[in-house]
Amino acid sequence: MEQKNRIVTDHIAMSFQDNVVLQDINVKIEEGEIFGLLGPSGAGKTTLIKILTGQLKQISGTAQVLGMDNRSITREGYAKIGMVLDNTGLYDRLTCWDNLALFTEIYGISKDRIKVVLNKVGLEDATKRSVHKLSKGMKQRLALARAIMHEPEILFLDEPTSGLDPATASYIHQLILEEKGKGTAIFLTTHNMEEATKLCDNVALLNKGQIVEYGYPKNICRKYNFQNKIQLLLKNGESHTLTNDSSSAELIGNYFKNNAVESIHSSEPNLETVFMEITGRRFE
Amino acid sequence: MSIRKTMAIFKKQIKDTLKNRTVLIQFIMFPLLTIIINSAMQVEGMPKNYFVVLFATMYIGMAPLTGMAAIISEEKEKNTLRVLMMSNVRAGEYLIGVGAYIFLLCMLGAVVFGIVGDYQGSAMLQFLFVMSIGILTSLLIGAAIGTWSKNQMSATSITIPVMMIFSFLPMLAMFNESIGKVSRFIYSQQINNLMSNIGVLELSFENVFVIAANMAVVIALFVIAYRRSGLA
Repeated sequence: MEQKNRIVTDHIAMSFQDNVVLQDINVKIEEGEIFGLLGPSGAGKTTLIKILTGQLKQISGTAQVLGMDNRSITREGYAKIGMVLDNTGLYDRLTCWDNLALFTEIYGISKDRIKVVLNKVGLEDATKRSVHKLSKGMKQRLALARAIMHEPEILFLDEPTSGLDPATASYIHQLILEEKGKGTAIFLTTHNMEEATKLCDNVALLNKGQIVEYGYPKNICRKYNFQNKIQLLLKNGESHTLTNDSSSAELIGNYFKNNAVESIHSSEPNLETVFMEITGRRFE
Repeated sequence: MSIRKTMAIFKKQIKDTLKNRTVLIQFIMFPLLTIIINSAMQVEGMPKNYFVVLFATMYIGMAPLTGMAAIISEEKEKNTLRVLMMSNVRAGEYLIGVGAYIFLLCMLGAVVFGIVGDYQGSAMLQFLFVMSIGILTSLLIGAAIGTWSKNQMSATSITIPVMMIFSFLPMLAMFNESIGKVSRFIYSQQINNLMSNIGVLELSFENVFVIAANMAVVIALFVIAYRRSGLA
């Protein structure tokens, strides 16, 4: 089945005065795809979101968002985009309901959607609570509720789980996967490698404004499995590291025959290790 | 321009300001002060409605200006304005939504001044008309300051001196002729002059020219601020 491209960028570059922040950015995001842009702070992740949403204009290259040039997204185009930005952008003094009611009126959609999305993000009991009384996790869920309320075709999520506890982060992951299931294209920035591996169909590793690796997370990890080792932990507590080829087959087979194996792991690196391998930098 | 979106912003602003005491107090303070002082102080030989005109002028120079600047700069600081812009709200829809709300709130205050001043019939209409011109000019100044500023703190640092000039100069001009020679070039002084003649109101060339020139300068400043900083 032919997939529809929601976002296509072609050699996007951006600089502020003499400071180059993005170079030669090429990505393609399809309907129902979660794309993760990974990189340390200052790598250019938020700048790319701002370019794709028309908040900034690139100095060269082109980008198509829902088939429109990013520099001239129409009013109808914006109505098909949802966003959770680095700062939640909620009205602190207003209640959860009033925050969402404003956007039902802006989008011209039924107020019935408020209850639906508040239930979905687990804030049904906080409907009448002012935003300033919510925890950080609840605010993030409310921001997500606002972003999905009008059923957008593209969702931009800028560090959606940054600083949240694992339970809330997991809850948000579930919501993101539900949106993907509806066919929403999701552009996610994060510096959480585990999150990216769990959620993303494709990731791009961004370092100093350049994409240094792009693809399916597990394929990227396999590609950088230079050690190609197998690690065995035996029930007697011994640990063995063996080469991942036919020369180890007999030895591993014997361990299994003797029921001596406690655990077995391949040595594929995670995305963080891959990033360090490529750039020599940590992911902070 | 979408009326639906402008109304959405207007309604949001009603709910938000009702819970924002620091902004709300600016709209209530001067009308309330006028009611109290006008009934408490009766000085022989004092011009009729001396306190009404004095406080109404200060109200014009203060409430719409600080209210508009505070609301826009807070929205910029907290990123809510960016979210609105990214949700397909145009700058004009936002400014009209917020501006219309502040204008109506200030006009309610103007009605209170009018009632306290015992203006009736055409005198009341004249008074409200003059007030509305002043409020509108101050709104534009507040919009320019809010648009220029990145956050509330920078907005406040500009708002306070500007607001003091437009609020207090007409009052100081009553006691000092030299100040009067300068203050005649600002709109709030001309508004003050017009309010002193309610009932026998006649627009002079100086009134119209100074107010129009002030408005033109303010609109130009707003355009510069918008081009420099944008709304989000």
